[in-house]
Amino acid sequence: MIVLKRLGMWLGLPVILIGIWWAATAQGTNFFVPKPDKLATTFISVWFSEKFFTDVVPSMGRLLISLAVSLVLGVALGIAIGLSRTLRWLLEPLLEFIRAVPSTILIPVLLLLIGINDTMKITVIVLGCLWPVLLNTIEGVRSLDEVLKNTALVYRLRGFDRIRYLVLPGASPLIMAGIRHSLAVGLILLVVSEMFASTDGIGYSIINFQNRIAIPEMWSGIFLLGIIGVLLSVVFQAIQKRVLGWYYGLKEASNDG
Amino acid sequence: MTANKSEIRLSVQQVRKVYGAATRNEVEAVRSLTFDLHAGEFACLVGPSGSGKTTLLKCIAGLLDPTSGEVVLDSKHVSGPAEGMAVVFQEYSRSLFPWLSVEDNVELPLKTSGVPKAERKARVKEALEAVTLSHAAKSYPWQLSGGMQQRVAIARAVASNPSVLLMDEPFAAVDAQTRGELEDLVREVWKRLDMTILFVTHDIDESVYLAERVLVLSSSPTIVQADIHIDLPDVRSQADTRSLHRFGELRHQVYEEVQFAKTNPGGERMTAHDGLHA
Repeated sequence: MIVLKRLGMWLGLPVILIGIWWAATAQGTNFFVPKPDKLATTFISVWFSEKFFTDVVPSMGRLLISLAVSLVLGVALGIAIGLSRTLRWLLEPLLEFIRAVPSTILIPVLLLLIGINDTMKITVIVLGCLWPVLLNTIEGVRSLDEVLKNTALVYRLRGFDRIRYLVLPGASPLIMAGIRHSLAVGLILLVVSEMFASTDGIGYSIINFQNRIAIPEMWSGIFLLGIIGVLLSVVFQAIQKRVLGWYYGLKEASNDG
Repeated sequence: MTANKSEIRLSVQQVRKVYGAATRNEVEAVRSLTFDLHAGEFACLVGPSGSGKTTLLKCIAGLLDPTSGEVVLDSKHVSGPAEGMAVVFQEYSRSLFPWLSVEDNVELPLKTSGVPKAERKARVKEALEAVTLSHAAKSYPWQLSGGMQQRVAIARAVASNPSVLLMDEPFAAVDAQTRGELEDLVREVWKRLDMTILFVTHDIDESVYLAERVLVLSSSPTIVQADIHIDLPDVRSQADTRSLHRFGELRHQVYEEVQFAKTNPGGERMTAHDGLHA
């Protein structure tokens, strides 16, 4: 019963919106807005074909590699900077500056420097996804509880032990928030980087369909991106629930008290 | 642990702590503290609020460097957190690792100091038994009440088998009833595991009830103003011990000293031997 209710809440609004869309386009002949049934059949015929392997798989590969690189770089640098007052003092103004430059603006530059290849696209995505993870990790490490830090000192947690048992778990709620932000940024940058100079990928396909005035096909690509976004979010939330189980329990307990 | 009672475990030698030394905002928190703690002793440090208790404790624990003087643990100079020293903090909920279960919290210091796994498990079990928390080993700290959390912190401290156990107002944040239970528990653990304990508190009754010896600190800048031997029976209970005539006398004596400390910074007597020690 509860499962049914939750499923209903999940799907309720999308179903209503599709209904409205259906009614609005029922007698319509607007060339640029396809009907829901037409879009559904197009979606299946376009993406459940070899296009899945030639475009969707490369796109997802770029996205996942970029996210992994951002995560490792962001957490490693974030811990180093967060633990050292000197490093923070030296780097924070610079970091704020670099972060303020949109990474999409670097695409033309990177095109010249790196060329039209996967490295260029991954660089663009990493340059955008790194910041939420890096800055949140710095903040998470910096704001570790004073008593907990003293406890770790008293029990002589040093070096790698200190990072593994104190710093990483202590900063993990903020790190996870950063990753969540990175997922959204990553998907946007993936599409944009593929629109610029590419021979495959979801972003490339959407632009290609538009140029060929294949309107339902173009819409089906947008729809696919939406689905990928939802899937990423579902997977992320499942991981987050496991990693931060203690954190939600702690918050609930302190709200009760 | 050997129980040679004459052996000096902890020696605090003329420790002085000045914050912001050589600046305009120089504050002398601790003037000159000297005392020895012998093996198996249970001593309480009492003082009015603002008497530099926490500063002193941090100096002993190696979390703060004294401006001058030194702390010696087992004949070794203390500079930084030393092996053989364990601390129970007042803020139990912030001192336990919320991402580790109760048993993992107790085990962590043993793990990182390289105690073999089988011995580790045995010591964790023994420590949790000593604080009667064996049933909660798999729980997370935040699932437990405040008193139980502080018992986990005590278990963690005794599991590391310290030469000296420091306790910084550990029961100031729990309710009165739990507090009584925890006091008995600490005395129980102290006897059972033959520990040496330095217990900081602002509660006069607590210090008399718990300790064999009460050190009264003056207000800041701090010195040891009085060193009182508590000659109460070894077996104590909340109901009986606290109603003993002798308990009242000792309580009165410590109270007078603390009152004196409040009004006399640096612990200076108006006249030598003004009757307080008579």
